[in-house]
Amino acid sequence: MNSCLPRTLSGIVYTGVIVVLALMPVFVQLSGQIFYLDIFSRIMILAIAALSLNLLIGYGGMISLGHAAFLGIGAYCVGIPVYYEIYNGWIHLALAIVACGVFALVTGAISLRTKGVYFIMITLAFAQMVYFTFVSLEEYGGDDGLVIELRSEFGSWLDLEDNIALYYTIFGVLLLSLFFVHRLVHARFGRVILGSKFNERRMQSLGFETYRYRLVCYVISGIMCGIAGLFLGNFTSFISPEMMDWTRSGELIFMVILGGTGVLFGPVVGAGVFILLEVWLPQIITFINGLGLGAKLPHELWHLIFGVTLIAVVLFGRGGIHGLLTRKKRP
Amino acid sequence: MDWNLFVIQFINGLQLGILLFLLASGLTLIFGIMDFINLAHGSFYMVGAYFCATLTFLTGSFVLAALIAVGGVFIVGVIVETTIVKRLYRSDHLDQVLVTFGLILVFDTLVQMIWGPEGMVIPLPAVLDGQFEVGSMVFPSYRLLIIVSGLLVAAGLYVLVMKTRLGMLIRAGASNRDMVSALGVNINRLFMLVFALGAALAGLSGLLIAPITETNIGMGNGIIILAFVVIIIGGIGSIKGAFYAALIVGLIDTMGRSYLDSLLKLFMSVQNAETAAPAISAMLIYILMALILAVRPQGLFPPAGAA
Repeated sequence: MNSCLPRTLSGIVYTGVIVVLALMPVFVQLSGQIFYLDIFSRIMILAIAALSLNLLIGYGGMISLGHAAFLGIGAYCVGIPVYYEIYNGWIHLALAIVACGVFALVTGAISLRTKGVYFIMITLAFAQMVYFTFVSLEEYGGDDGLVIELRSEFGSWLDLEDNIALYYTIFGVLLLSLFFVHRLVHARFGRVILGSKFNERRMQSLGFETYRYRLVCYVISGIMCGIAGLFLGNFTSFISPEMMDWTRSGELIFMVILGGTGVLFGPVVGAGVFILLEVWLPQIITFINGLGLGAKLPHELWHLIFGVTLIAVVLFGRGGIHGLLTRKKRP
Repeated sequence: MDWNLFVIQFINGLQLGILLFLLASGLTLIFGIMDFINLAHGSFYMVGAYFCATLTFLTGSFVLAALIAVGGVFIVGVIVETTIVKRLYRSDHLDQVLVTFGLILVFDTLVQMIWGPEGMVIPLPAVLDGQFEVGSMVFPSYRLLIIVSGLLVAAGLYVLVMKTRLGMLIRAGASNRDMVSALGVNINRLFMLVFALGAALAGLSGLLIAPITETNIGMGNGIIILAFVVIIIGGIGSIKGAFYAALIVGLIDTMGRSYLDSLLKLFMSVQNAETAAPAISAMLIYILMALILAVRPQGLFPPAGAA
């Protein structure tokens, strides 16, 4: 028995995804489909963000509807220094970690005093607060956003202006994040978080201060998402408050659910399927219209299909894609 | 200080508060009684506005169009409740958030496919589309109409909830849903009624604002967050709480935007005040909400007996 090789269907699929991600630039070089380098960079960035949200939703049972705020704060931690001609990436990174950490600590300390519906709503409200704050900051473009002229500089050994270098940097960060989350949820810390999701009173009677564990989890998750935001800012070279609109937070939750909550690799698959649907559905509609079958399909139709998919996944598809991959066949 | 401007801003604040109340009253009942998070509540607000726009052009009368549109949104509410929402009352909140988020996408796209991406202007009858003067003060007629009609609806809702049998069941449901069900009340029909009533109120709110702002896709997605803030401040499940909280939020938000910079100029430099004021006024109501949650997590006026 070789334990290094994946044996389950889900294991094979997830290993395949990593291999595909690792080889994507090679494919792009050979086929000339530059377009896909962009798409997969975006997928990996959102995968890191969704990974951090999965820490809250999947493992901690904390349904945050304001996670896009961290994505936005992270991105502005690149945008605002660059606006003042500070290009040092380490400064950007430090800023993103501190800003997201502090924001998560303050809002988390308040939000985590509440439960259930209140928690969902208060995280949403705090995210809206950040959104409107950036909308009202005329100095940094307000509603219109901010162009990032040059990407973060991490030293002469790494040139993020090169799209392939940026791609592999994001890939590296994604692998690190996966490893980190894996270690975290299997450590004592993760067990306490998971335990208090299922039975908080029991964890408390065992002597754990669940509030503190949750708050630390919330801060870790916020910082991770902020780092994803840092790369999102570098990648798009344009940031605006729109990227932290609450519907963005909803999309992040969808990615987590689509992949399967509380599964390490779920968010990566979820983000991938989400973005590819977003790219392919309009193309398919354009293709069908191009066949000349008479009636033209309206272009917005793909949004409708998207919404219906979302509803169907929740109503009928328990456990997301991971659930499909691991479903036992009936004897 | 310009008193006429102050009065106008005050009216604007009241008007926002009334619109928020119409949205929030349905939301808080759906929340309180069915324990259901409806992110798509803002879609009813949008649908109400579009129904009213089309009907105004068909019938030529804004008032008639508004009445039919409210009925139309009620029916849309019944359809959504019986086909989708009904299945989710016993699900966890995460599922509700996702499904209603999907519903927003569906509604936004349907509206775009039916009415097109451009906004629609609703023409007002001449009587409403103007202002009148009292002494040296000038008042915009239509905004006053919004406030008056909103107050009338609030009064009607008060009578419905406090004085009728249906209202008694609604209040009982907000306090203890299982007990109401155990006493033999047809809880499914009650749920459907409350959901559709909430939808109709949201539709009314949307069609009232549409002549001022025009209709547009996703117009409900911004204001629905304010409505959530309102019901959290007021206490989930409480109509009275929603009413007071809506007025507080509407006034603080509007007055903050107009007067915070003058206030800040009293104790900081003009330039700093002008930079800080817009950001702080945008945050005001969220800070208020955070404060209230920290001191009184159950909100200002939680329904009697609710856990």
